[in-house]
Amino acid sequence: MTRAISGEELAAGLEQRIPGSIIGTSKESILVNNQSLLSLAAHLKTEPGLEFDFLSSITAVDYYDYFEVIYQLTSLEHNHSIVLKVRCHDRENPAIPSLVGLWRGAELQEQEIFDLMGIRFEGHPNMKRIVLWEGFQGHPQRRDFLSW
Amino acid sequence: MVMKTEPLVLNIGPAHPSTHGVFRMRATLDGEVIIDVEPIFGYLHRGIEKLAEERTYQQFIPLTDRLDYVSAMGNNMAYCMAVEKLAAIPVPERAEYIRVIMAELQRIASHLIAVGSFLNDCGAFMTPILYMVREREKIVDLFEMVSGQRLTYNYMRFGGLSQDVPDEFLPALRKFIDQMPRYLDEYDQLLKENEILLARTKGVGILSKETAINCSMTGPMLRGSGVPWDLRKADPYSVYSRFEFDIPCGARGDSYDRYRVRVEEMRQSVRIIRQAMEQLPVGPVRSKTPVMLIRPPAGEVYSHVESPKGELGFYLVSDGSIAPYRCHIRGPSFINLTALREMIVGWKVADAIVIFGSIDIVMGEVDR
Amino acid sequence: MVTFDLVFPAWQFKGLPPDWPGGFWWHFIVFSIIILAFVLTLVIMFIWFERRTLGRMQARMGPNRVGPFGLLQAMADAIKVMLKEDIVPNGADKLVHLLAPLVAFVPVLMVFAVMPFQDGAALVNLNIGVLYVMAVSSISTLGIFMAGWGSNNKYTLISAMRDVASVVSYEIPVVLSLAGIVLLAGSLSLNDIVRSQAQSVPFVLLQPLGFIVFFLGGMAEINRSPFDLLEADSEIVAGFHTEYSGMKFALFYLAEYAEALVLSTLVATFFLGGWGGPLLPPWLWLIVKSWAVFFVLVWIRATVPRVRIDQLMTFSWKFLFPLALLNLVVTAVEVVAWPEALPVLLIPVNIAVGAVLVILLSRNFKPGGSQVEA
Repeated sequence: MTRAISGEELAAGLEQRIPGSIIGTSKESILVNNQSLLSLAAHLKTEPGLEFDFLSSITAVDYYDYFEVIYQLTSLEHNHSIVLKVRCHDRENPAIPSLVGLWRGAELQEQEIFDLMGIRFEGHPNMKRIVLWEGFQGHPQRRDFLSW
Repeated sequence: MVMKTEPLVLNIGPAHPSTHGVFRMRATLDGEVIIDVEPIFGYLHRGIEKLAEERTYQQFIPLTDRLDYVSAMGNNMAYCMAVEKLAAIPVPERAEYIRVIMAELQRIASHLIAVGSFLNDCGAFMTPILYMVREREKIVDLFEMVSGQRLTYNYMRFGGLSQDVPDEFLPALRKFIDQMPRYLDEYDQLLKENEILLARTKGVGILSKETAINCSMTGPMLRGSGVPWDLRKADPYSVYSRFEFDIPCGARGDSYDRYRVRVEEMRQSVRIIRQAMEQLPVGPVRSKTPVMLIRPPAGEVYSHVESPKGELGFYLVSDGSIAPYRCHIRGPSFINLTALREMIVGWKVADAIVIFGSIDIVMGEVDR
Repeated sequence: MVTFDLVFPAWQFKGLPPDWPGGFWWHFIVFSIIILAFVLTLVIMFIWFERRTLGRMQARMGPNRVGPFGLLQAMADAIKVMLKEDIVPNGADKLVHLLAPLVAFVPVLMVFAVMPFQDGAALVNLNIGVLYVMAVSSISTLGIFMAGWGSNNKYTLISAMRDVASVVSYEIPVVLSLAGIVLLAGSLSLNDIVRSQAQSVPFVLLQPLGFIVFFLGGMAEINRSPFDLLEADSEIVAGFHTEYSGMKFALFYLAEYAEALVLSTLVATFFLGGWGGPLLPPWLWLIVKSWAVFFVLVWIRATVPRVRIDQLMTFSWKFLFPLALLNLVVTAVEVVAWPEALPVLLIPVNIAVGAVLVILLSRNFKPGGSQVEA
């Protein structure tokens, strides 16, 4: 059974390593500061005992006030998981750091989020539309996009 | 003498016999050797995630059939499990067992198509796929018995199933399960150790263990590279913890290993179905909770199952209304394409088709 | 026998006396018609036979609606394909595109000019028949290359290059394997080769190695599975005839099966005793033997996957070529050292030599080919 590590438990250790990185925690997730996402993710990936080597999935949700990007991390070795969340308050030109350098599995998913949600991932090698065509107006997965 | 040559850009797809739908690879060739490849998709994009936001939870079940249309039952199950987790709907025992039987039958059906079309891509003229479609037909007949449909079943509901299996289903299933191992032996006799097949697939398209994990590969792709990661064992959902089965693994991570992993998985699925049939309890197949217009409490949930292609996950966000606020689908076919470039570059056009076939994608799930 | 003599008295002439009624021109016209009828009928029968056999082998029915047992299916297809619009792609080389099917089909038909249907019964009994067959049958390649080049399509171009590469390399082992036959028969004439088999035993027993090399090499030359790289439908769509439709496509289709017929009849003639055989009339023996060879072709097509282009070349140069050479040497030694040896003694020796060589070579044969560093 994959053990979901509690966010509070993990955050306590992380806060000491990377001060100011964690904004909030919940029972199964931690909410991470935009600026420290990369260093925190790298820490999660390599720290002995954590070793989240597998990025299951990336999602973005549009909450009108902000976008939330959700990372599902799993460790194949220790069989435990954690949910990482990042918020982005800029609606006109949202951007957050890309995790492709750490997990290449993020490549296509970040591209898809850029396409459908309009969040730019900084440092992504190929940041362009993936399922829609170049020149498409708007980002259909946003809540304020009218579908008909 | 140095001859001046220039690379040739070749569009493989979107209308090509071996791209399993409307996938397109823009390959740059040097002679017959591929020096660069870029996957291009979106030809089947229907915006299913957006459609989910405009439907009630119940109304979205038929749309999950259209994701990976070769394994519709598995998609039903994954989505229903996510909603059940979100709204805390209990599922009766019998329904869980029948779900497992359906999911495993669907795994066999999906792998039959995958292996058959893989061998067809290797150039075995139609014979393997026609034999495998013959067996898939029997599975489809079984599904027709329970759901009335032959491709998109729409069989599962929140808290159970749409209806119990008919009386004639279990004897028919028993007969099929008794036959299936013999058919699998037959496929192995045909091509397992064929010299040409070995020459074409062994060592072709190697995906190393590290790359497979780093690229978020799941399913037979990951196991073919030698990582024994199967969600049915690693994170047992439904009643999978009650069955005995093995996780077949490859050693080198080449196309041949992936092909073998799929064939062995079919044997394991037969084992699981046999155990599930023995343990099948009697009782209702649907919980008493009304599910027509459920309003799950506000919150979010990520639920994943091991679909034939890999980890199929549903990320649902509820705002307490009758429709999901956000529904994200983690399609395994989509993410398994991440390492396409480094697997294909340096091989010939013929190998590219074989490697691509060994990934086993369904465009309905890639483009969504 | 008597009934056949009554029904087909024209088949019974032996040799071709100069005072034959009508002389040369009558002979020419009659045999041209016979060859055309033979090729077209058998090709249509082969298409039907292949589709039915493949269906049977693949657990399905095959064509069974048009005529009894679907026998007229090929006819229906031919009519359909002739009614299709003839499409020439944009930017195609129109002349080359038009000529390609003809250049591919006609040489195949020309091979039959020297094919003996009975003792001495051929359009011409060339004394360099083997040379003629090998020379003429290679011209088809030109047609295929023209089709690939003239279609202005990248897939057809790849296919055309594959074809030239494979035919150039397979020509050598095929010709070398026939040299053994020529040594045994002491003649290049196809009729003499068959006659010398009728006097001793079919050459497949005396030349098992030559048979293997010729059969495999021939399969590669006519692009039958598993060497069907240039119409590899899963890789390069339909290969060289991707851009063809209508009558031009029909000609390519015809040429493809006519080539299979050529290979079948050549194998029958060179190795299986041609028209020789008891009871049945000679021409029927030829058809029966060709049909048997064609069945093996269909069987192989239904079973094995396709090889890759570099594996195809490796197989020719590193496996078939040394085998053909060794076979030639062994045969030459035998012919010189024991010219009067009984076939009974030579058969076991040759089969043993062949088996040992094939096993040794296949042990050391690596198909090779790996990822190229980009």
